[in-house]
Amino acid sequence: MSQSALPAEFADLEPFAGWALPTERERYAKRLASSMDDLQAFYDAVFPRLEDAVAYLDGFELDALPDDATRLLHVFCALTTVSFPVEVWRQPRVPDSGAASFDSTYEPTP
Amino acid sequence: MAHFSKPAEGSWTEHYGIGTGPVSYEDSISPAHYELERDAIFRRTWLNVGRVEQLPRTGSYLTKELDAARTSVVVVRDADGGLRAFHNMCRHRGNKLVWNDFPGEEVAGVCRQFTCKYHGWRYALDGELTFVQQESEFFDLDKSAYGLVPVRVEVWEGFIFVNLDDTDSTPLREYLGDLGAGIEGYPFHKMTQVHRYRAEVGANWKLFIDAFAEFYHAPVLHAKQSVAEESRKLQGFGYEALAYRIDGPHGMVSSWGGMSPPKDLNMVKPIEQKLRSGLFGPWDAPDIGLGPNELPPGINPARHPAWGTDSFLFFPNFMILIWKPNWYLTYHYWPTAYNTHIFEGTVYFVPPRNAFERLQQELAVVTFKEFALQDGNTLEATQTMLESRAVTEFPLNDQEVLLRHLHVTARNYVADHQNGSKEPVDVPVRLAR
Repeated sequence: MSQSALPAEFADLEPFAGWALPTERERYAKRLASSMDDLQAFYDAVFPRLEDAVAYLDGFELDALPDDATRLLHVFCALTTVSFPVEVWRQPRVPDSGAASFDSTYEPTP
Repeated sequence: MAHFSKPAEGSWTEHYGIGTGPVSYEDSISPAHYELERDAIFRRTWLNVGRVEQLPRTGSYLTKELDAARTSVVVVRDADGGLRAFHNMCRHRGNKLVWNDFPGEEVAGVCRQFTCKYHGWRYALDGELTFVQQESEFFDLDKSAYGLVPVRVEVWEGFIFVNLDDTDSTPLREYLGDLGAGIEGYPFHKMTQVHRYRAEVGANWKLFIDAFAEFYHAPVLHAKQSVAEESRKLQGFGYEALAYRIDGPHGMVSSWGGMSPPKDLNMVKPIEQKLRSGLFGPWDAPDIGLGPNELPPGINPARHPAWGTDSFLFFPNFMILIWKPNWYLTYHYWPTAYNTHIFEGTVYFVPPRNAFERLQQELAVVTFKEFALQDGNTLEATQTMLESRAVTEFPLNDQEVLLRHLHVTARNYVADHQNGSKEPVDVPVRLAR
């Protein structure tokens, strides 16, 4: 795909467009499948753009986002998913969580 | 030294008269006891199976697997706009009526009628048998006698409950008692932005309720989730509730929660500072038409200014957690064996008005998940050690009064069922040991 996934204003985040996953279950699975270096790189690139993204997304109705804006929103949903590993755990998994699972079965769109 | 006042008796536990001695958890590790609970509790009490928003129009339906009660039910909105519930079972040869692909998985949707996959028998939304394949092959079949078997269904504050006990005529509202009445009028219907989670937990259903019915564990088990300085402060302070209430089989704990927003931004993580949200919900409460002092009287019953959240346990397995920043959570614990159950955690927000609010809510939800994963795993460890029976008696403190009451109540339901009692269960009573 040669077209960009995210709005042009966020071309710098294009390398992280793979995080634009529409469900929490997918975002969490990607977190578990990533190294801490990957999570740190994603966090470091995306976190500073949070305010810009919110301002950009505020230009649309939440239930009528263009596709690229929806993907941008999901990138920032993924930022919340990786915030605990990066800011607190220093590992992708929740400490002491063993084989426990906690799976999303219903969530809002977008 | 107590930071918050206690009843005149000196403790919540003595106030509610449920004993202060060590307790046995045999009720959580005995397969035989669980078999008794299935009939004594799960076939005899009002069980919450969903909310009215899940069944918005005629033909909207959902199924609920009630393994503990040995059945599956289907709840549907009928042609008159009312709700009906039925055992999810075809009257011909007993096939499960409503399911897709996997018979054990719950489903929801919209239909004009129910059609059995096996031989094509059809039922109207009111349960009436309307079509029999090759009807003339049967012998004097009176279709009017073969409707779906109804289950009692009632709605309270938008929450749909079923009751499998045909002999019990206690209406739902009466069953929910003073604690239910005390939160009537809370605008649950405005909080329609839903995130639902599900976990299979390797612990008895009551043990997991125990974990959510006390906050004594919070400063310790979840210590790493706060920044270091805040964590030390929380552990030094310990935990005390603002108030406990017990009414019949139900109970509640009212808790402080000064983190929404925190007094000092340095107490919370960078993403929380940026999004103004966290475990206690988005810091900016949406307008729900009620100010903090206008909430129904059962919420923040002590009317304490430091109030943060109330947790209501409606026996046997339904919890509602109402949070100060105008959102709520529900927990359900559906037993599947004496040492396993399915836990459902559902988060309800006022729908976000913009992307920032959507992200605030997402952060609250994923933070809830981090905590739930720790809690679930801890309880599997508890279950296996309890089953060793190396220790059989456990001291419970006053901040664990709701656990003590839950186990007393559950054991009383079993005892009364075994005695064939038709009288309502009289709780609280002395702890049976």
